[in-house]
Amino acid sequence: MEKKVLMKGNEAIAEAAIRAGCRHYFGYPITPQTEIAAYMAKRMPKIGGTFLQAESEIAAINMVYGVASAGLRVMTSSSSPGISLKGEGLSYLAGADLPALVVNVQRGGPGLGGIQPSQSDYFQATRGAGHGDFRMIVLAPASVQEMAELTVSAFDLADKYRMTSMLLADGTMGQMMEPVALDDLKINPMPEKPWATTGTKMERKRNIINSLSLVPEELEQFNFARYEKYAKIEREEARAEEYRMEDAEICVAAFGIASRVSRNAVDAAREMGIKVGMIRPITLWPFPKETFKKSLSTVKKYISVELNMGQMIEDVRLSTECRRPVTLCNRAGGMIPTPEQVLEAIKSAANGGEN
Amino acid sequence: MKVKRITLFVGHYGSGKTNIAVNYAIALAKTRNPVALADLDIVNPYFRSKDSLADLEAAGVRLIASPYAGGNLDIPALPQEMYAVTDDKNLTAILDVGGDDRGALALGRLTPAILAENDFACLAVVNRYRPLTRTPADTVEVLREIEGAGGVPITGLVNNSNVGRETTPEDVLDSLAYAAEVSRLTGLPVVMTTVDRGVYPALSGKIPDLFPLDLQKKIG
Repeated sequence: MEKKVLMKGNEAIAEAAIRAGCRHYFGYPITPQTEIAAYMAKRMPKIGGTFLQAESEIAAINMVYGVASAGLRVMTSSSSPGISLKGEGLSYLAGADLPALVVNVQRGGPGLGGIQPSQSDYFQATRGAGHGDFRMIVLAPASVQEMAELTVSAFDLADKYRMTSMLLADGTMGQMMEPVALDDLKINPMPEKPWATTGTKMERKRNIINSLSLVPEELEQFNFARYEKYAKIEREEARAEEYRMEDAEICVAAFGIASRVSRNAVDAAREMGIKVGMIRPITLWPFPKETFKKSLSTVKKYISVELNMGQMIEDVRLSTECRRPVTLCNRAGGMIPTPEQVLEAIKSAANGGEN
Repeated sequence: MKVKRITLFVGHYGSGKTNIAVNYAIALAKTRNPVALADLDIVNPYFRSKDSLADLEAAGVRLIASPYAGGNLDIPALPQEMYAVTDDKNLTAILDVGGDDRGALALGRLTPAILAENDFACLAVVNRYRPLTRTPADTVEVLREIEGAGGVPITGLVNNSNVGRETTPEDVLDSLAYAAEVSRLTGLPVVMTTVDRGVYPALSGKIPDLFPLDLQKKIG
């Protein structure tokens, strides 16, 4: 019997991963995600798991490759600059079709940037985490409870599609504390992994995990097959929350911490009689295109609220096929837009301005 | 509780040390002068007593903090003025120590002087609703690790059991048995039960040594 517990977002990720069956964590400390490693360091030895502080982010992601090859649930976590270091490994994981969880608790950039929250790794997560043609499933939690829930989903999706899932959070989400009901987590058994390198026992052909193709035609076929899988994921796995969208003429698009601020602004604007709602993408890849397409029936203007210089705004434009104006309401460098700033943007849009 | 010249707040990370230290310093400053709050947290650069600088200054509390605290850098630096805590015997000092044994490690520089003077209270903040200190046994383990790293013996417990904004008076009442068991296992008294100002009226008179907290928010 367990009541609610008070957890940091980072701890919720770690505990949910353990409950999802992850017994192998490899990482390297970086603010603002260090509590994930600290939590794993305390818990893993007590449950027969592995916590290993690697010599670098690059080493950690390659240890993930190893455990994923053996068919076990495995994860690493870092923050923006550390994720850049893992880029090569992410590409190799994709090339070898390996399931794993990678957590990015974003901070301001580029470069060393700063330790305060940011969403400026959206492009990196949804488009170019490493070289080559590949995608990752990208999940964006907006509460500590959802940090836990989406961590479990991330493992399920990674295993289902044999690919990397990324949980894309930010410094505030990682550090903030909220009550969490961990018993509500729905844990599914890990699927069979007949492809894993677990030893043949001389009973089957050996499995090979590899991302090198010696024949170009063969490599092309691998890419074609992977993109068929991606197309299926785009059809079946896109998720979004629609908030007060029934009759919305203005739509705020926001994920993660930006959606919490925007929700307050939407409520305030509704009280003023403005027909505004919010679409909160929960999966950033696959992007919930259909939800946005559907919204075109009532929405005249879109506002993308982001903690960056405007990255998700491109997906909002693509999803709505540029049929409506989309403007940006943002802060960068580690700052969070205030509800007042978002409300001003909504009012400006309602008053016919280009805001 | 007789106020010692130096009060240290130690505990598991996220147990509420910084918030309690800030509130306690502000309360002490009503009857004492000078009062200083020293931020020795070199573990978590996110939630710092510096976020409450305006409130502390208004109450007449001197904040001793690293110039990097609360900024955009993650530099585990101790404040250069921290020796005032042990050097200036006129000062009533509150120490906000970083979380867990890793945080308590930073105490080492001051420990010999604190022990030699022997006018201190080292209070361990506990919260049964935090995942790694849910049981009395787990809590005691964390407290032993902190003592081992910091070198200052814990002299009392602060029961800060809460689940954030959703905390009900029942949540606090439910935690009393836990705090009593930690007290029994360690032989340490529960010197304070801290609760948010919002639930304080419902609990006032029901729990001894109840101390209301105003939540200090992260700024910037």
